[in-house]
Amino acid sequence: MEFLSYLITGISLGSIYAIIALGYTMVYGIAKMLNFAHGDVIMVGGYVAFYSMTYASGSLLGDSPSAVATGLSTLVCVLLAMAVCTVLGIVIEGLAYRPLREAGSLAVLITAIGVSYFLQNAAQLLFGANPKNFTPVISGQLTLFGGQLRISYVALLTVAACIVIMVCLTLFTSRSKMGKAMRACSEDKGAAQLMGIHVNRTISMTFAIGSALAAIAGVLLCSYSPVLLPTTGSMPGIKAFTAAVFGGIGSIPGAFLGGILLGIIESMAQAYISTQLSNAILFAVLIVVLLVKPSGLLGKYVPEKV
Amino acid sequence: MAKKVFEKGKMVPVPSHSIIPERDLYKSPILECSHLGIDFGGLAAVKDFNITVGRTEIAGLIGPNGAGKTTVFNLLTKVYHPTRGTILVDGMDTAGKTPAQVNRMGIARTFQNIRLFNNLSVEDNVKIGLHNQTRYNALSGILRLPNYWKQEKMAHESAMELLSIFDMQDLAGHKAGSLPYGAQRRLEIVRALATNPSLLLLDEPAAGMNPSETVELMENIVKIRDTFHIAIMLIEHDMNLVMGICEGICVLNFGQIIAKGTAEEIQNNPVVIEAYLGKQKEG
Amino acid sequence: MKNYFKNMKTITKVDYATYLGVIAAFVIVTLLQSAGMLTRSMTGMLVPICCYICMAVSLNLTVGILGELSLGHAGFMSVGAFSGVIVSMSLQSSVPNELVRLVLALVMGAILAAVVGFVVGIPVLRLRGDYLAIVTLAFGEIIKGIINCLLVGWDENGLHIALNIDGTKTMDSLHLGENSIQIIKGAQGAAGNHRIATFTAGFVLVMITLIIVLNLVRSRTGRAVMAIRDNRIAAESVGINVTKYKLIAFVTSAALAGASGALFGLNYSSVSADQFDFNTSILVLVYVVLGGLGNIWGSIIATVVLYVLPEALREFSDYRMLAYAVVLILVMLATNNECFKAALSRVIPKRRKGAAANG
Repeated sequence: MEFLSYLITGISLGSIYAIIALGYTMVYGIAKMLNFAHGDVIMVGGYVAFYSMTYASGSLLGDSPSAVATGLSTLVCVLLAMAVCTVLGIVIEGLAYRPLREAGSLAVLITAIGVSYFLQNAAQLLFGANPKNFTPVISGQLTLFGGQLRISYVALLTVAACIVIMVCLTLFTSRSKMGKAMRACSEDKGAAQLMGIHVNRTISMTFAIGSALAAIAGVLLCSYSPVLLPTTGSMPGIKAFTAAVFGGIGSIPGAFLGGILLGIIESMAQAYISTQLSNAILFAVLIVVLLVKPSGLLGKYVPEKV
Repeated sequence: MAKKVFEKGKMVPVPSHSIIPERDLYKSPILECSHLGIDFGGLAAVKDFNITVGRTEIAGLIGPNGAGKTTVFNLLTKVYHPTRGTILVDGMDTAGKTPAQVNRMGIARTFQNIRLFNNLSVEDNVKIGLHNQTRYNALSGILRLPNYWKQEKMAHESAMELLSIFDMQDLAGHKAGSLPYGAQRRLEIVRALATNPSLLLLDEPAAGMNPSETVELMENIVKIRDTFHIAIMLIEHDMNLVMGICEGICVLNFGQIIAKGTAEEIQNNPVVIEAYLGKQKEG
Repeated sequence: MKNYFKNMKTITKVDYATYLGVIAAFVIVTLLQSAGMLTRSMTGMLVPICCYICMAVSLNLTVGILGELSLGHAGFMSVGAFSGVIVSMSLQSSVPNELVRLVLALVMGAILAAVVGFVVGIPVLRLRGDYLAIVTLAFGEIIKGIINCLLVGWDENGLHIALNIDGTKTMDSLHLGENSIQIIKGAQGAAGNHRIATFTAGFVLVMITLIIVLNLVRSRTGRAVMAIRDNRIAAESVGINVTKYKLIAFVTSAALAGASGALFGLNYSSVSADQFDFNTSILVLVYVVLGGLGNIWGSIIATVVLYVLPEALREFSDYRMLAYAVVLILVMLATNNECFKAALSRVIPKRRKGAAANG
């Protein structure tokens, strides 16, 4: 039973990683860049949700709001966070990354790091360095087996959100016109442009989707561990990036699988081996997997053409 | 121009058994392939490829686009590992060898899509070709021991001599990536020669050259063979070049050899004509 | 002599200019220091700057010369720092001379970091591009995790080492005898170190690093490494053993990072593993990229400027890191965007084209 509860913790944590990793992997797939600022977009999403929720519960809703009113206002707050992050993603891409489309990948990487620094320090100036106490979007827990197994509603919500996002994204990229344009751009930007695809708009769209997902991940992450700091996003960001590579970067199912597995490994390592070494174990597993499968679990290996 | 260099011939040890260039196909060949083949995803890209190249032969590998000519080169240099068959270089099996080891066994090549070290100077490109001829380890390089200076001086001289084959000494300080196309192709040949090969594989050496450049290239290929006493195998679409200098020609179509022989034999072979021009309608 | 200089290649001239510049900087700073013209905060920055210069130059060997992105360079620095501290602390009684102890610590730091670099390098260098980057990142985090669990003490019987895996062990688990020294205390790191690093030592380390890296690059080995960077398949085709030369570059880079880590560790009375995390690796990478890939003197200048910049911006207090981020982004845009570059070249007269192969 203990094992089951750790497993569930792992899956829900992994779902958060998966949602972040989806953003990483989509951006990587299309722009071939490691967007190190992605983790900080999560943080921004968390702050927007935090402030709007505090405002809503403080001034909009009365002293004893109904459950429906609370739920609705939370939903609106999450949507607001998504909207802000979407705009932020598009602005970052347009200002910092688009001018470097033709530059080397390292230049873009350093710029992404610059953006990451910028967001963290701007957040510190705007919101202060003190940790904020985030109220989980949903409270309470499900009790099973006569109290032996407790699953928080946040965990359930996280897993559900992750699955819904995953299905929607898969459908979007395989069925919709914009999704097909994205896949075309990730294969060959030049050829896509010749086929009449608006490459810049497609890339902006990818950043928008990735950032909206980051906002959702931010809200879920803060509900999971309710301390919000300007640096909240960086470690989950790095881990989600690891998850994306683990599953095969550029692959949407890969990001999902990588995220879930990473969450499970982390939770199990913390429970059974060592809390201190959990990150080390997680990264060690990653290295072993990459040595056996150099392109990740679901990534395709493209041999160099001679 | 570069005659002095060839007279000296100190850089490239001349194999003692073949002083006079001749088409010595039947005595101790440099390359023997038997039943060579490779599958890509179940599809046989090259099948049952048999060829023997003499010590100082200039051999041609021709065929329509997509026939598998470059794949053969990639098999010979172990960029791809053959699914079937054996490759003997100077009688030694190349099974399980890496591309670098095959180079040290005596095969050097150029690439269809030029692969130079673009950010390095022309001289450095050739010196990298001389890598295995220059002998000092990383430590003597860091400490700049006497051996370093001696070997570097030799490398510099050898590089200049090799560049003089194509009159490229003046370009030594230029970045390889900034050279015009034709010079890049020539530099690739020089770099390959620097590895002191006994078999030189040229993948479309005349691609992108104008007729007069091609004629010059033909002369130079023959000159390289006569000076260094090595075998040369080339892939080329320019039939004047192939028919003009190749002693043995091998025609590939759909991964299979459809004809082998001298230039004259190939030109009159109906199967070859059909492969290039398609079947003529009767009547 | 004059002729000799005229005949030298541009690259050689750049190399000598780099050495001369470093020596001149050292002399000037030492003079200023003895004249008492440096503030305390400036003096405090001297050794770290030397360490970061070595870090940047050695990382440039991996990223600029070998062309592989490494995001875990701080991991080697960490290995060097802690092995250096262990050596220096445990040899306190047997080697009373601080200079000898410092040299031993630096050498040990370099050796251990090289060993770790070798172990990591063999499997890792088979990966390519971003996969290599993520594995080096992972490796840096693993090192951090392990050192955070490490308990090291010394007594008359020698070193006592334990790994605090489940969080239950303390320094008492080492069962140290009398006259013992507690060297590394898990997540708290090492405290109470003797600060034996000096600016002169830092200068010597920078010079050694420069000599090693520059001479390596201008040798047969360096050419092979750059050949792999420019075109791996062509490098193989001319008989270069790709794994071997990748490893040489990677291990050399790790060893130099280890030595600078040791110097860094011995410059503070306490160090902890969290100081050498992902952000430190990134910091050094920023120095390298801004200084120019493969450009050694560029790395040195970028390190000094970017290390001093946040300090110089101190009067803007809260806004300084924000300004730093903006400067970083603007510099990247200015140096890599064609429109920006074109606009710049109209303002600034065109510079003389650099040497062909200073990469």
